[in-house]
Amino acid sequence: MYRNIFLFIVSFILLGCSSSIKTGDIRSYDTIDIGRVKEILLPQQALDSSWPESFGFGRSASKADIERWDIDVMPDGRGLPKGKGVAVAGRSIYLVKCASCHGQDGSGGTYDVLVSKKGKSIGTYWPYATTLFDYIRRTMPFNMPGSLKDEEVYHLTAYLLAANGLIDSVDVITQKNLPSVKMPALANFVIDDRKGGPEIK
Amino acid sequence: MTRRQLIGRVAALGLVLSQNPYGRTTQAGGLPLTELDDPTKKLGVFPGKIGTRSTFEKLEKTTSQTSSRSPLQDFHGTITPSDLHFERHHGGVPVIDPERYELIIHGMVEKPMKFSLHDLKRFPSVSRISFLECSGNYRGGNEKLTPQQICGLTSQSEWTGIMLSTLFREVGLKPKASWFLAEGGDAAVMTRSIPISKGLDDAMIVYAQNGEAVRPEQGYPARLFLPGWEGNTSVKWIRRIEVSDAPFMTREETSKYTERVKDGKIRQFSVVMDARSIITFPTYPQVVERGWIEIRGIAWSGRGRVTLVEISVDNGKNWYPARLQEPVLNKAHTGFRFLWQWDGRETVIMSRVYDDTGYRQPFLKELQDARASRGGYHFNPVTPWRLKPDGSVVLADAVPRIRSNRDK
Repeated sequence: MYRNIFLFIVSFILLGCSSSIKTGDIRSYDTIDIGRVKEILLPQQALDSSWPESFGFGRSASKADIERWDIDVMPDGRGLPKGKGVAVAGRSIYLVKCASCHGQDGSGGTYDVLVSKKGKSIGTYWPYATTLFDYIRRTMPFNMPGSLKDEEVYHLTAYLLAANGLIDSVDVITQKNLPSVKMPALANFVIDDRKGGPEIK
Repeated sequence: MTRRQLIGRVAALGLVLSQNPYGRTTQAGGLPLTELDDPTKKLGVFPGKIGTRSTFEKLEKTTSQTSSRSPLQDFHGTITPSDLHFERHHGGVPVIDPERYELIIHGMVEKPMKFSLHDLKRFPSVSRISFLECSGNYRGGNEKLTPQQICGLTSQSEWTGIMLSTLFREVGLKPKASWFLAEGGDAAVMTRSIPISKGLDDAMIVYAQNGEAVRPEQGYPARLFLPGWEGNTSVKWIRRIEVSDAPFMTREETSKYTERVKDGKIRQFSVVMDARSIITFPTYPQVVERGWIEIRGIAWSGRGRVTLVEISVDNGKNWYPARLQEPVLNKAHTGFRFLWQWDGRETVIMSRVYDDTGYRQPFLKELQDARASRGGYHFNPVTPWRLKPDGSVVLADAVPRIRSNRDK
């Protein structure tokens, strides 16, 4: 519930801010809001009277076309594959595939600190646990991006959450419960409210 | 050996000769150039298939493992030569075959579609001159820094492609659509969430930069381009757009491109680049002479147009308007100039910009106070330069907070 309210506020503020931007490009949208988006962008609506309803360029994307690349995971769990992970298995994978950059225990390596009570660690600075799964699967390890199996990613996610004290070391992380892992950093996140004008923010 | 190589070697030989003791004596004495040094006395290079930069010009980006910076102090004008455009990428520059390239748009759309590069180029096209700046573009703390080192993660090009709204219209957005995910086809498989409103406002899918195909380092064969927004959101090598009803909260928009502000808060989706200016001449490591100096630089705003650039030549006590180079474009680097007669005494010069929202570029201390932060993303402070009596120029650190008439 809290997250829904947060996302609603995010959308509201961002859409509100952006709608005041005016540009001199091929056409201007003076008051963009969700309602107006609905009006002008349903496919039967033409933006420019000289334009056809559809140019007809491009082809339909099949389910297979989309599934080939659609790997993102959202904070509410949309996109998470089936699977589960535990910290002890994650620790073994971590030592082989991650420790050389991130340190034996998630800090002290050449690259980002992952485990720490201070600074920008997963425990102190990451607002959503789902981001961890998405990012590790998407592009880690650095020298073999995208090479980890979903189960390995679940194990690593469980290990890093447990090492940061965000879950218990024996907890099993699943498709179902990952979105509800409480991340302390979320409470600190605020949406940008700079809008131009004289105030320095 | 080809003809061009031969001529190149002769030219190199000429350079060597001009540097031997005999050559120096000749030039110092003001005597006529030897025949070998006189370009009117030897045949030049014939037309080539591709142009070259003069071998006398040493323009280079400074590089690190993750980025390279544009040599702002060496530029004249506001278009960045494509090979000197800054780079920031998270998994290296990918090689993408344009024949195999595809952009997929799916999610909350009426018709999920895929577009080849050829398809993209058939849509009504548009060109726009606009800057692109990384939001982590502030360095300080050392007086021997060049503009390139301080804020070389900004560059400007003429971008050509299609409006993203044209593609959104083609696929049709469903009523709940409010955000989209932009995903790159590099090893980072870079992702950012963008509000649909930006996608409909001025977002572009660009395939050309300064008249030719976008450079690999800038997203070949096609990238997203979001005018005025932090560079990371203009996802390069774009391969997928997923329309949704909420932000995706990717790693880059949560644990990376966010900044600590007051009261322990972390500011998120701070995507617009606030107005900034920097003097690019005279700056470190240049050495100037007393007398007339044309102070030069660039100013820009991610929110709109530059309306005024002010110059101070007395450490912020007095401010005078600089001349702006027309045309002043929306969300674009704008050249400014200010003619000044330096008496040779030590002083500090600086510039500050105002944009059409009424925003004034802040001093470093104002930013630090407003955010309770020493630096980080979206730091755009006034950059002061100290001119020393010997003509050397260094970055000045202490900056007073003095208001001009405009602020009262």
